Order: sequence, then C-alpha cells, then structure tokens
Amino acid sequence: MNKKNPLFAFFASVKLALFTLFLLAVTSIIGTVIPQKETLQYYVKNYGETTANVFQVLSIPDMYNSWWFLSLLTLLSVNLIICSLDRFPGVWKQIHADNLATDLSRLKKMRLSQNWESDKAESVLAGELTHSLAAKGWKAEQRTRDNSLLLFAQKGAMTRTGVYVVHASILVIFLGAIIGELYGFKGSIMLPETKTTGSIFAFDTQKSIDLGFEVRCNRFGIDFYDNGMPKAYRSDLTVLEDGKVILEKRIVVNDPLTYKGITFYQSSYQPYEDFLLTVTDQETGTAETAIMGFQQPQDLTVHGAKIGVINANAMGQTISNMKIWFDDDQGPASTFWLDEGDQVTVERPGKKYTIAGKQMYATGLQVAKDPGVWVVYIGCGMMILGLFIAFFMSHRRIWLVLNKEGGTTTVLMSGSANKNKNGFEQTFAALAEQLSAKKSDQG
Amino acid sequence: MDSSQLLGITTFTYLFSTILYAVIFIFKAKKLGPAATIFTVIAFLVQTAGLLLRWQESYQLGYGHAPLTNMYESVVFFAWTIIFMYLLIEWKFKTRVIGAFAVPFAFLAMAYGSFASGINREISPLIPALQSNWLLAHVVTCFIGYAAFAVAAALGIMYLIKNMSESRQTTNDETLLGTLPALKIIDDITHKTMVFGFLWLSVGIITGAIWANSAWGTYWSWDPKETWSLITWFIYAITLHARYTRGWGGTRIAWLAIFGFVSVIFTYYGVNFLLSGLHSYGSS
Ligand code: HEM
Repeated sequence: MNKKNPLFAFFASVKLALFTLFLLAVTSIIGTVIPQKETLQYYVKNYGETTANVFQVLSIPDMYNSWWFLSLLTLLSVNLIICSLDRFPGVWKQIHADNLATDLSRLKKMRLSQNWESDKAESVLAGELTHSLAAKGWKAEQRTRDNSLLLFAQKGAMTRTGVYVVHASILVIFLGAIIGELYGFKGSIMLPETKTTGSIFAFDTQKSIDLGFEVRCNRFGIDFYDNGMPKAYRSDLTVLEDGKVILEKRIVVNDPLTYKGITFYQSSYQPYEDFLLTVTDQETGTAETAIMGFQQPQDLTVHGAKIGVINANAMGQTISNMKIWFDDDQGPASTFWLDEGDQVTVERPGKKYTIAGKQMYATGLQVAKDPGVWVVYIGCGMMILGLFIAFFMSHRRIWLVLNKEGGTTTVLMSGSANKNKNGFEQTFAALAEQLSAKKSDQG
Repeated sequence: MDSSQLLGITTFTYLFSTILYAVIFIFKAKKLGPAATIFTVIAFLVQTAGLLLRWQESYQLGYGHAPLTNMYESVVFFAWTIIFMYLLIEWKFKTRVIGAFAVPFAFLAMAYGSFASGINREISPLIPALQSNWLLAHVVTCFIGYAAFAVAAALGIMYLIKNMSESRQTTNDETLLGTLPALKIIDDITHKTMVFGFLWLSVGIITGAIWANSAWGTYWSWDPKETWSLITWFIYAITLHARYTRGWGGTRIAWLAIFGFVSVIFTYYGVNFLLSGLHSYGSS
C-alpha cells in the first residue's frame, strides 16, 4: 500500500480513532435517554409531532441499528484495519530483527547499561555468561563483531503483538455479531401446557419462523420462597421430530434447552382460568389429561368417567386449591379438595386412581438461534488475552559486548524494555550484579 | 455478633481511617503512618468478616448466595474493593498520602449503604434471573474495575491539587502540598490504575454479556445499563490511546480519570434512578 496516499493516512490515524470513539460514546447516550423501539404514537405523545418526525428521520427510535450508528462502527473497523496494516509490518520486523547486528555504538548509549571487567578469556567468559543467563531463562545467542564478541538474549518478543490481538478481537466480535444478524433469529412463543408448536414469532417482524422440529410444553410451574418471592420458573419441554420424542428437558431461567442450534429460554408465563387435570389408573397406569374450564365437567374417555372442577380458591390470578368432582358410575361421586400442583389417591369401588390437578399456564419462551455467538466469545477471549499481554507483558532485550583489552576482558551490558521500564530496570540491575559477580567468585 | 453489626462498625472504622490519613496529610504527621495502615487493615478484615458472615447467614436463611445481589450488598462490596485496591497501591508504591484521597470513597460508599433511605439492607432471596454463577463473576469483575477507577479518580484529584503547588516535581516536607508525591509519580500511578481498571471492566462487560446470553439469549441488547458501561469503556479506551499514542499526560489525564469515574458512578448508580430502564432483570 502507498503510505503517502492521504486517504490511507487518514484512515490509519489514531486521531480518527479518538474522534470515532468519542462520537460513539457521545451518541450512545441518546438511546439511553430516549426509549428505544417504541411506536410512533409513543414518540408523538411524549415529544410532540415535530420532534417525533425528526426522530424518524434520524432513526432515533432504533438508533443502535440506524445507518449512521452502523456507519460509525464501520468507520471504527476500517480505521482499525488500516491502522493495523500500516503498523503491523513494522512490529513484525522488530520481532524478527537480527539483534546481533545491532549497532554497537548504540548499545553504549542505552539508558540501561553497566560495565565490568574480568580476567577470563573472552570465549570462556562468554560461555559462563551464556550459562548463567540460561539459568535465569534467558537464551543467549552470540556472534563475533569486529574485535568484540556480542551476546544477545530476549524475552517476550511476541508480546509486541498484544495490542494487535486486542484490535483484532474487536473485529472478530463485530464479525460474530454480523453472522448472528445474517444467519440467526430472535423470537418468542407463548406455548400453553400440553400444546405443541413447530414455529415461533420473530421479534421484530412478528412473522412466523419455522423451527424444523416441534416443541411441546408438558408442564409449567412456579416455585416460591417462604416470603412469597418467586424462586424458579420452570417448563418441562419435549422436542419432537416426526412425532417421535427426541429430547426432554426441564428449563429454568439461566438454564435453557438447545436443539439444532436453536435455544429456548424461559422468559415469561401466562396463567389461564382453566385447569389441567390428570387421572391415572394406578393398576394399569393408563393416564388421561384434560383441560377443564371452571365448573364445566368433561368425559374422560379412557377411564369411562366424568370429572369437573366445582370450586376453587385464588389469590389474584393464582389458583391455590380446587375442589374436584369425580364420578365413574360405580357408586356415588367423589368430591375432594386438592392443592394446586398436588395429587391425591381416590379410591373407587374396585379401582384406585391418582388425580393430579393444577392451574393451566402458558410458558413464555424466548427462542434464539445465533450461530455467531461462539465467534463473539472467541473475540472476547482474544480481547482479554490481548489486553493482558499489552498491559502486563513486555519485550525485554539484553546485550553483552565482550572486548579483549590487554589481559582483561571488558563487559558492556545493555538492556531495554518496551514497557514497564521501571520493573525492567530492577530486573536488569539484579541480573547485572549476578553476572558481574561471576568473575570474582571464581577468580 | 451478626454481619450487619460488623458492617455497621466498618462504616465508622473507614471514617476513622479517612481522618487518620487526612491528619497525616494535613499535619504532616508521618509518625501516624503505620498506625493508619494497621488500622485500615483491621477495618478491612472486619469488613471481610462481615461479608463472609452475611454470606453464611444467607445459607442459614435457606437462600444461599454470595452477598453481591442488591444495591446495599454491591455498595458494601464496592467499599471493600476500594480499600483492597488502595492497600495494594500503598504497599506497591510505598506512599500513604493517597489514603487521604482514596479511603474517603470507601467511607462514602459504606455511609451511603448504611444510612440512605430506600435501600433494602435485608438479606433477600435471589429472583430466578439472578441465579447464575455468571452473576458472581460479573459483579466481582465489574467492581474490581470500578474500585480501580475510584482510586484513579482520587489520584486525579490529588494530581490537580499538587499541580497548584510550588513544588510540583518534587516532594518536600515544608509545605502541605509538598508532601504529595511528585506529579510524574502521581501521573504514573494514575495511568497504571486505569489500565488495571480497564482490563477488569472489559472482563466485567464480557461476563455480563455471557450471563445475559445464558438467561435470555441475547448477549447485547443496548439497554441503558449496558450502553452506559460501554460508554464508560469508550472513555477509558480514549484515555489510554490519547496517552499511549498522542503522549497526553498530566492535567488532561487527571481530568479524564475524574471524568471517567463520573461515568462509572452514572453507570452503576445513576442509570437505575434517572433513566427508564427497559431491561427487566427482575421480571421474568
Ligand atoms: C474500542 C476500540 C479499541 C480498543 C479497546 C483499543 C485498545 C488498545 C489498547 C489496550 C492499546 C494498548 C495501549 C497501551 O499499551 O497502553 C491500544 C494501542 C493502540 N491502539 Fe487501540 N484500541 C481500540 C481502537 C483503536 C483504533 C480504532 C485504532 C485505529 C487507529 C487504534 C490504534 C491504536 C494504536 C496505534 C495503538 C498503539 C500501538 C502501539 O504502538 O503499540 N486503536 N489500543
């Protein structure tokens, strides 16, 4: 790429990045102050007609999906890509630089440097130094330069890429979001107990979306704490394909069911005024479930009996118990109270039944397919990793120049780090002390 | 002794800590230094015990959850992380005057939690949406970030005050502001603290997104709280870039540290009260 191209320079600049980030931060506020995705009437009512019209023109009611907000995100992405293209090659070169070819006079001028002398021969000393460095995890290479012997060791060269991992992670997250937008959907369904559905409704368009399989809600229930607060909302779901049961799972909030990439989340519920009664013959195990209206008895064909709810107590919309009437034409009918969600054994002449009763509910399921979510998560992982590398790791380099001067060998040790310079200064000092001490404790 | 007594005591110990650090700063009473540190450490341990006890009490009540689930508990935890962060910095950078600026934040948080009206201080059970391990990860990581930003803001204030003094680049014990660390050092610690906070805020936003996805199938829905956390994140991203690539430092960074923390407070607190949240964290 031509680096002198002004357009390239524009998109590669950090100034643009600061500007874009600033605009994103400021404009993002709008959608937190003005409620999003309301109806036109809502905005007219709350802001007046003129303002509502301006909102429409500027897509304020759905600003995070508006052309201008998405353009800002695109600008940020282009900025990131071009900026990386501009700088990364240089960083890569630095990582793979031949540090043994470094200009020796530069080493003398480094901020961190130290000198000492040894009476050992150059090559012997070099061997010892290499050995001591290795003990500290520094793998040294050496080369003869003019009249000197140069040793070089480094740590964390690759950490220079940390920032690029962070920047790439943002693009990966965007990519995941786009994949989800293109190939996924978000919808919901209010599914009454005992009912089965093969489709759901899209959030935005309310259009029906075919699942490609069927889901049945067998049962919905709420558990309460002693103080009356809800403890759990749960739905027993069954996945069916061609009428065959594939999968059964009890879902609760925070523990959804996933099948073929489509996930069902417990999100709401709706109580009905109907009852759901299940009568089981204890001997044969045959069971029949009936959806009952209040005081509307029904025939149970399997058992050849009749059942009805003749009374009930409710708190608000929630039934607490019900009075059941049951008759199988074998003597007088049975009537009894049953707590909501409970079951009892009813003895009839020659037979025993289990009768379970509950209020009927529909479970509100949020349904989502998002094939991009793993890409987003990978991006998130990259971001954390990259931030950690960028912030807390550094590229540290050490050079040792050995020179023969008369009977002694002089050593110049220099070092540099691209980050956390104070920390490296201490490491360097400690290392220098150790390396220079070698000559005295052996000689 | 129950947890509410321990946490009640904590409020006053942090007030006393604040006073001790202020005295050290204002009267240059350096001799009191170790006493202030020891006292603060003890106060911190008392609060830790209070939090652990509250955790245990929630099990006795049959609810069994970490004390991180409502405004009161989060404010208390916020104070805890601020003190933790401050003690870490005191230990690492061997300077105590920062205490006079940072510890008050912890006291204010505790005082708000203990005395403000309309705050429920009971241990209450978890509604279904909050029953997730991601909640724990989310709250803890966010608050480590927030605490770091609180300390960075304290350092920013300190910087601006020091900047008004004669002895900007040095420390000398003659004048009041002279006892503050040199501007270069304050600037350096501010930056390091913000970097630390930025990493944790990022983790906090991510764990929040994962939680949202496991609870209702959307990792990001642009509700005001999420959006404000992102705005805060942008502010610190701008700050880091301005410093790293454009060489900003000093006063500007000090202001940004303060400004960023205002955004943190708004994200954490203001959003709940000033904006109409569409998000029904509690309702399903
Ligand atoms: C929200 C988006 C962004 C985040 C979270 C982010 C994050 C970071 C981080 C953490 C650093 C390292 C700073 C340090 O070590 O103190 C950094 C450096 C940098 N960023 Fe970004 N960045 C973002 C957007 C951008 C954009 C759009 C550009 C486009 C030009 C950009 C250009 C740079 C440059 C040039 C550096 C310095 C790299 C170096 O020389 O080592 N950043 N960024």
